[in-house]
Amino acid sequence: MSQLATWRTGSTRVLPGFGLSMGISVLFISLVLLLPITGLFGQLAGLSLAEYWAIITEGRVVASYMVTIGAAAVAALINAVFGLLLAWVLVRYDFPGKRLLDALMDLPFALPTAVAGITLATLYASSGWMGGLLEPLGFQVAYTWVGIALAMAFTSIPFVVRTVQPVLEDLPAEVDEAAMSLGATDGVAFRRVILPHIWPALVTGTGLAFVRSLGEFGAIIFIAGNMPYETEITALMIFVKLQEYDYAGASAIASVVLFVSLSLLLAINVWQGRFVRRLHGGKG
Amino acid sequence: MALPTIFRRSLVAIALGVTVSGTAVAQERELLNSSYDIARELFAAINPEFQAKWQEEHGEEIAISQSHGGSSAQARAILQGLRADVVTFNQVTDVQVLADAGLVAEDWQDAFENNASPYYSTTAFLVRKGNPKGIESWDDLVQEDVEVVFPNPKTSGNGRYTYLAAWGFAENEFDGDEEQIEDFMRTFLANVAVFDTGGRGATTSFIEREIGDVLISFESEVNNIRSEYGSDDYEVIVPPVSILAEFPVAVVGENAERNGNSDLAQSYLEYLYTEETQRLLAGFNYRVHNETVVEEFADQFPETQLLEVNEVFGSWDEAMETHFEGGGLLDQLQRR
Repeated sequence: MSQLATWRTGSTRVLPGFGLSMGISVLFISLVLLLPITGLFGQLAGLSLAEYWAIITEGRVVASYMVTIGAAAVAALINAVFGLLLAWVLVRYDFPGKRLLDALMDLPFALPTAVAGITLATLYASSGWMGGLLEPLGFQVAYTWVGIALAMAFTSIPFVVRTVQPVLEDLPAEVDEAAMSLGATDGVAFRRVILPHIWPALVTGTGLAFVRSLGEFGAIIFIAGNMPYETEITALMIFVKLQEYDYAGASAIASVVLFVSLSLLLAINVWQGRFVRRLHGGKG
Repeated sequence: MALPTIFRRSLVAIALGVTVSGTAVAQERELLNSSYDIARELFAAINPEFQAKWQEEHGEEIAISQSHGGSSAQARAILQGLRADVVTFNQVTDVQVLADAGLVAEDWQDAFENNASPYYSTTAFLVRKGNPKGIESWDDLVQEDVEVVFPNPKTSGNGRYTYLAAWGFAENEFDGDEEQIEDFMRTFLANVAVFDTGGRGATTSFIEREIGDVLISFESEVNNIRSEYGSDDYEVIVPPVSILAEFPVAVVGENAERNGNSDLAQSYLEYLYTEETQRLLAGFNYRVHNETVVEEFADQFPETQLLEVNEVFGSWDEAMETHFEGGGLLDQLQRR
């Protein structure tokens, strides 16, 4: 029996049932993940390479990449800073309402993104609470690029918080206390002791936030203003193609988003693998 | 009429985004009407009348379900298997897509009177109290300080009508001079403050967010907004030249046959042409064809010259191809 298990998995496992659970996992992944993606690429089959290229490099679509990627990058950076801060506060301090704050972190996941978008647009339009305060000062948020980044930041903040939080929990307060007792200042303790520990989680969380923002539609569409070349996001370009019954065109643009996202996720994974190996002195 | 049945049906209906109207008794025939977004209230008013009439004439109780969404999205859903028996759309092209796929008869526009359009509308303006910018017609919309709100022609049939109406106006105004028309359109499009993806979104931008000086939408929608949000705060302007917006209907033959609803579907659409329904439609601010009703509601619908898409642009297909498809005139006019 144990020999059989060894033969099946190629390594010694304590728990049996790998074959069955692996089989179910692969089936599930195929049905839920791979099948739709294959469908997407199936749509592309109707296009020649030249047509494909023409669609994805059309001026307006390229402008939408710029808007989307730029805003997603800004949103991811904002979330990297504030997500880290939030995770830090949640892990290291005790205060009344901590559980509530912790639960609130997941709100952007629970809320339909369209609701978030409409709410943000209402708040930041010149007639809204925030917009009414900001616009006299010369900041226009709704219907500009800033609004897009804001909506992206809203929907993707949990990614950073929820990836960094458990790693911070693993790092007991004694570690930075020890550093400080050996004479390190706050900044040095953070940079040399805490940051290296949470760095992979922070990068992963920020990367996920970025990727999530690339595909966001519901939250943004209401606050973006959707002006050609200025505040049109790539997801809207896909939506427009679908409105025109141009499935192949929509898939072509979607494949670009997918490609960027996958490459980034893959890069983070590879980098993280190396990081972990280095951390454990060559074993991984 | 057991309560759990209704409950279960409602759950299914909610899951499908369909509202079940009328009493739900097992075994009864059910007609599914797939329609555009803002017709929800309209058909909620028409359906019970038709059900009563059918009951009276045929002694059969029937149920009617409504499914609403963007007209193109609805057409896509039917292409992908939504079993609607009839469609009541706001875009000829969206029915044509179904005809091209063989779901609707090739000659669907001859199947009912007036190009299979039981009612029609046009595009009109909603301006703020006292009309501060003095907007009366399309050429007032290209002034420098005027901000315009209408949905994106790329994603909304409503927006396409607005674009075509403005183009039609310019074509008359500049006697067909291409360069001047395009300049006019470029300025017009540059004056857009927000491009929402649909009619209701544009309404929200104009009313709730207080963006822009003028909202352009269907005359029916603009009038309904005005009566809903206060006739003191807004004024409706029907420009002297505008476009004929047809609301085409068709039986989705294949589905109706499979559902055993062919007779029902046909009668349902015919019912839209009856005097009583035409009166109801006029009450919802749609223009109708029935002469008695037209006279009754004459005050409500100012006389205006209505351009026809087929006359100005050749056909809907041609208009779509030249203006709205990727790289078409709309894209060129918006290019920076």
